[in-house]
Amino acid sequence: MAKSQNARLERQKFYSDPILVSMIVVLIVFLSLFILYPLLMLLIDSIYTEGKVTLDVFRRVLSLDRFKRAFTNTLVLGFIVGIASTLIGLLFAYVEVYVKVRTKILEKLFAVVSMLPVVSPPFVLSLSMIMLFGRSGLITRTLLHIYDSNVYGLKGIAIVQTLTFFPVCYLMIKGLLKNIDPSLEEATRDMGATRWKVFTSVTLPLLIPGLGNAFLVTFIESVADFANPMMIGGSYDTLATTIYLQVTGAFDSTGAAAMSVVLLSLTVILFLIQKYYLEQKTAATLTGKASRARMLITDVSVTRPLTIFCIIIAAFVILMYIMVPFGALFTLWGRNYSLSLKWFQYMFKTSGLRAFRDSIVLSLIAAPITALLSMVIAYLVVKRKFKAKGFIEFVSMLAMAVPGTVLGIGYIRGYANGLFRTGIMQGLYGTGLILIIVFVVRSLPTGTRSGISALRQIDKSIEESAYDMGANSLKVFTSVTLPLIKDSFFSGLVTAFVRSITAISAVILLVTPQYLLITTQINEQAEKGNYGVACAYATVLIVITYGLVLIMNGLIRIFGTSRKTKISE
Amino acid sequence: MGKEKKGVRLDHISKIYQDPKTGKDFYAVQDTTLDIEPGTFVTLLGPSGCGKTTTLRMIAGFESPDEGEIYLGQEAINALTPNKRDTAMVFQSYALLPHYNVYDNVAYGLKIRKLPKAEIRRKVTDILKLVELEGMESRMTNQLSGGQQQRVALARALVLEPGVLLFDEPLSNLDAKLRVTMRTEIRKIQQKVGITAVYVTHDQSEAMSISDKIIIMSKGKVEQVGTPQEVYYRPNSRFVADFIGEANFLDTKVEKVFDDKAQITISGQTMTVNNYIGVKEGEAASLVLRPEAVALSDQGQLPCEVILSTFMGSYQYYHARIGDVIVQITDYNPVNKKIYAVGDKASLAFDTNGVYILP
Ligand SMILES: Nc1ncnc2c1ncn2[C@@H]1O[C@H](COP(=O)(O)OP(=O)(O)OP(=O)(O)O)[C@@H](O)[C@H]1O
Ligand SMILES: [Mg+2]
Repeated sequence: MAKSQNARLERQKFYSDPILVSMIVVLIVFLSLFILYPLLMLLIDSIYTEGKVTLDVFRRVLSLDRFKRAFTNTLVLGFIVGIASTLIGLLFAYVEVYVKVRTKILEKLFAVVSMLPVVSPPFVLSLSMIMLFGRSGLITRTLLHIYDSNVYGLKGIAIVQTLTFFPVCYLMIKGLLKNIDPSLEEATRDMGATRWKVFTSVTLPLLIPGLGNAFLVTFIESVADFANPMMIGGSYDTLATTIYLQVTGAFDSTGAAAMSVVLLSLTVILFLIQKYYLEQKTAATLTGKASRARMLITDVSVTRPLTIFCIIIAAFVILMYIMVPFGALFTLWGRNYSLSLKWFQYMFKTSGLRAFRDSIVLSLIAAPITALLSMVIAYLVVKRKFKAKGFIEFVSMLAMAVPGTVLGIGYIRGYANGLFRTGIMQGLYGTGLILIIVFVVRSLPTGTRSGISALRQIDKSIEESAYDMGANSLKVFTSVTLPLIKDSFFSGLVTAFVRSITAISAVILLVTPQYLLITTQINEQAEKGNYGVACAYATVLIVITYGLVLIMNGLIRIFGTSRKTKISE
Repeated sequence: MGKEKKGVRLDHISKIYQDPKTGKDFYAVQDTTLDIEPGTFVTLLGPSGCGKTTTLRMIAGFESPDEGEIYLGQEAINALTPNKRDTAMVFQSYALLPHYNVYDNVAYGLKIRKLPKAEIRRKVTDILKLVELEGMESRMTNQLSGGQQQRVALARALVLEPGVLLFDEPLSNLDAKLRVTMRTEIRKIQQKVGITAVYVTHDQSEAMSISDKIIIMSKGKVEQVGTPQEVYYRPNSRFVADFIGEANFLDTKVEKVFDDKAQITISGQTMTVNNYIGVKEGEAASLVLRPEAVALSDQGQLPCEVILSTFMGSYQYYHARIGDVIVQITDYNPVNKKIYAVGDKASLAFDTNGVYILP
């Protein structure tokens, strides 16, 4: 059967839409230049030296004790954090979905705990961990009079990362639990099974792929995390920090490139397993929508221990966050707990204003670009068919699996001397523009994913009808698609801003003295031991981001489309 | 409305899809040639999966044919995108723009054509009057009933004065009663405006009641094109006879052929019946009997045994056995007739001039 005519006609129709074509070309160029090319350069750098292909660099790096240790450390950390976060997430989700909780306060507590890590800079928990349990920690020294406590190292990072990442697991697992049809469990219970038996024989097996999914997502996050190991890792180096030190300390960027390839392969493989195997499986086992309300567990012997455990953890997380403003307000942490504004004053007298201005301006530029790009990608992926679609979808999702540090090294190797070291586009390196691009690339996958799921809800014939009435692609996108997913667009906008202004792992490698960023300031001050100033920065930053998210949620509640939009099936 | 009506011509159109399960290519529409005359109301009718929607979407431009060419009026339109085609489609799900009110939905296409504001207002008002939605301009679409949404969808297509209007099962989301009202209305409006319409449905009574012509499709191919009467009274295949209305088939063989008649023998009874499509001498054939074209009688042509007899109000419903074939019979106005009981011996009575054979 000859399908050539169809292909030819589709091509003709495709090219008769210049806006669509140029949009796709722009996207392909952008994704190739700023995601694929830097990663490719890392690979080239690590296998191609002085004009020939060799594995020398790899051999050298792989035999470094530092590297071997970092590699093992990274995996051990990933496992611990993955398992711990999944378990705590499961517990929280289970309590929320299955247990009758009489207090509204607990619900609020859950909501706040799951929101905080999203809006805070990645290393805030490390900061407060040190302030609470470090050598001059509030709890260790002042309350317990332990003078040689050591939070640095594996246990510090593991605790901090678990507390940072478990809310993600909680949200994922909550979604799954809500999809389990209660009648399945009731039927088993009717046959005489105990509550525990029901959990292990019905609920858990249904959840296994989902739990695996949550585990891998956290594992990847943990492996890619730079800020926490940097701040609280002490001598426990992970791949991400080792790569950073290899560049900034040992000035060995080919070695760093080879290490980055290792780290990247690790995260990408896990990502592919997660995305193409576990996600499918999760969807396959849990297709049913819960048909009616669940009989909640009221038995005190079950509810009490579970709720108390959750409250303790939630309270602990909140305590950690509360420490941050206090860290900024106390005169001298560990010695003098009288309140003063001197750290804030100090911050504003030194680089504070500039850092806030630069961070805010760069993020303000990056956010709308990210939001728009991700909606366009989502639109193309969900609603259009064309050849390069697979490429666009894959690369923009791949960015999710690229650790920030790896991306940063990639940009150094890829742009410091211009494209393929030819000097072309060299002007980009060291500018604010490249920071903006990094911000965009780092938040693109999240935005795209939320755009895609929003668009899948919209009946494709709605856009077809606009197209049929004479609108071209651009018009369809602006007059139909975008208005219908404007909630997702606005939350993408805010998320992109928040992610940009709190980003550190990639930008710390790329930022030049010309720009000061809040996050790098916090890092610098914390490294010097100036926790008061670091906390002052972090406090203002959290106020900005948390405030923005609250405003956005309020606006969406008032003006949201979801109320008015009826989505036809 | 002042615009010229256009005909639609499909010239050896095929569409190949890949079966998602087996990965094999198959023809969703195969070598279809159709000539739809300007101003007529044509229905594509056929069982689920026979390629009706695919055909319609090729005319609208959402799919491209793998073979053949589509003409709208005199113009070959294969390479045009949907927004450049002079067609307007009414979708099964209505596909109203949920963030616009009724007025803006109807005005959408006109605004894209950059008509002056006043003209848009006039046209929208006129068309809303035509579909009896005056006064609802500022309602959001989710504040309308299903029937009203359907009218908005229709108005939105009509207001563009397209060369041809396309419908894909526009009434299937409505309840049975409203479906009947709306189909009459669609037909009335189409006749008033005089527009060419291609209408997809798998509901045969809908197709019968509104079409100038019915195109019966099966497995991607056109089985028959004709007026409702033609396809009902003179189906040219067993498939059509079976699909349109009810039909009993009695297997036999053609003994002799004269002009458009043929001599056959069933249960030992020889008779001469119509042979519209020319089954040849010696070939196997089936006598087609519509349940309402047959009655039970004591002196009919074919002896039988009654095995089911049910009173249905306006008719008596029988199953009668001839050999090993069971024939359904609907005998109208049973009040003045003899009612047969289960087990009775009787015979089928029908007018041999009104029945026909098919291969
Ligand atoms: N995009 C597609 N990819 C692969 N196969 C398709 C696609 N669209 C339709 N088909 C197949 O083509 C055949 C014809 O489909 P079509 O939608 O035209 O049927 P239809 O006559 O409209 O049926 P219905 O009455 O159920 O709407 C079906 O077998 C269908 O499964
Ligand atoms: Mg269909």
